[in-house]
Amino acid sequence: MSFLYIKRRLINVLACTLASLAMLIGLIWLGWILFSLVKNGMPGISWHTIFSITKSPGGGGGLLNAIAGSFLMVFTAVLIGTPIALFVGTYLTEFGQQSRLAKAVRFVNDILLSAPSIIIGLFIYQIYVMQVHHFSGWAGSFALALLVIPIVVRTTEDMFLLVPDNLREAAFALGAPRWKVILHVVLRVSRTGVLTGILLAVARISGETAPLLFTALNNQFWSANMNQPMANLPTVIFQYAMSPYVDWQQLAWSGALLITLFVLSLNIVVRVIFKQKPPIH
Amino acid sequence: MSSSFNKLFRTHRKIDRVVYGVSLFFAVLLLITALLIGFKLYQASIPSIKAFGLPFLWSTEWNPVLEKFGALVPIVGTLLTSFIALLIGIPISFGIALFLTELAPAALKQTLRILIELLAGIPSIIYGMWGLFVFAPLFADHVQPWLIENLGPLPIFGPLFQGAPLGIGILTAGIVLSIMVIPFIASVMRDVFEIVPDMLKESAYALGATRWEVVWNIILPYSRVGVFGGIILGLGRALGETMAVAFVIGNAHHLSASLLMPGASISSVLANEFTEATGKIYNSALSELGLILFGITLLVFLCSKLLMKQLHKR
Repeated sequence: MSFLYIKRRLINVLACTLASLAMLIGLIWLGWILFSLVKNGMPGISWHTIFSITKSPGGGGGLLNAIAGSFLMVFTAVLIGTPIALFVGTYLTEFGQQSRLAKAVRFVNDILLSAPSIIIGLFIYQIYVMQVHHFSGWAGSFALALLVIPIVVRTTEDMFLLVPDNLREAAFALGAPRWKVILHVVLRVSRTGVLTGILLAVARISGETAPLLFTALNNQFWSANMNQPMANLPTVIFQYAMSPYVDWQQLAWSGALLITLFVLSLNIVVRVIFKQKPPIH
Repeated sequence: MSSSFNKLFRTHRKIDRVVYGVSLFFAVLLLITALLIGFKLYQASIPSIKAFGLPFLWSTEWNPVLEKFGALVPIVGTLLTSFIALLIGIPISFGIALFLTELAPAALKQTLRILIELLAGIPSIIYGMWGLFVFAPLFADHVQPWLIENLGPLPIFGPLFQGAPLGIGILTAGIVLSIMVIPFIASVMRDVFEIVPDMLKESAYALGATRWEVVWNIILPYSRVGVFGGIILGLGRALGETMAVAFVIGNAHHLSASLLMPGASISSVLANEFTEATGKIYNSALSELGLILFGITLLVFLCSKLLMKQLHKR
């Protein structure tokens, strides 16, 4: 009896220790990765790095064109993707609801959400880059937009569903037309949640590399022309990290630090300010 | 008076119809786009499908010069790295979820949860760089020699751990992937653990069960389906992950019994070779790889949908 008791106690202690250890391992990974980033990336961060463009190895280049390109493409992608996603979300909750089409759209949206991002890049390559015969900033933006849409559709739908039907009915009873109910009641009530979805989508696509490899490619020079191959931070990091040149590798680390700081602070801001568990991981 | 009201009414009706039309249009567009992804990938793979047929799936050859291609090495690489990732990731995620729901002090719970979720926020290219420049050298110096010496001579598992301590390779890719899937699996597990009714847990405690016994006999059976759902979510992530793997897998097109040797995964091959692929067949073979990857992730997605359906039934 007492042996069984001790055995149960021991197993319990062992399990709790292992669980704490697992937690510790998770935190160690995070700490280790962040530490490596700061240690290797920090020495390369200076005004010069941020305000001069990429140059050949040994030329003392910076990351300006890559940062600008990334910013431009992410901005365009959100500009293209968000309105489309808002309309789709509106269709799902306000019009389609449980219809067969709405169910199909929901299903397909989940597929897009789980599709590997490199497949999205491949798709944009086939339908856009192959047709115009050159890589371009637009192609990169389209690929990123296609990643934004499913995320925002999902959060928008979830948030719209949280709006009580009473509110809609009250507005209708006052004689409000449907578009006013959607715009001034549904969207207004859920705007924080919808914004959370958009910010999370920005965080997600800012670090995406795979879909840009076959679409925006890269550009060694300054270019604000969306019809040209466009420099972007993730691809520059990939190329420079894999290069044999020490100064390029240093730039890759600095770029990696910048991008991680941006993405993680966005994640933290979303969580702290909106005090809400993000609906999508 | 009445005519101006009618006019107003009609204007609003018109706007309503436009909003409906635009919403419907984009919803249908999304549907078509998703179908188009599968179709376009298939279309681009036709030359390769015609040239190699079904044996493409089990041929290990990958020779751009002779234009002979087979997908076995990348398929095995994708499946194997994801398998290793789950093997390491599941127990750790389970431990983290258990810690967060049952052990963590209330004051720390929220912070710890956010920290673990931040792991999911780090871009995958960062994992790749870190894996290649920080993790792989340490792994090659301190862990791999030990594995080769102590596990290499074993009868059955031995061949898995033979070879040279290169640092990069299938095992390293699997380990880096495991770090990436942990936050996803842990977060789902934590969610489903949280919804276990307190009444059930308290009843078990009242009967004298230890914490572990409550977890093992009450929480886990109750949340089984959700736990599987989380694992499948992690699997989906691991299968399609590109940049982290492309850095550390070694990009070698040959099949080796040893996990320490370099290999290739579908996504790493695409990332490394697609822009440089010249020739119709080469390009098409790469597209077919993409099609296979899309197929695999679709399959995993359907499994998770079925599981979730079961979850909601209860």
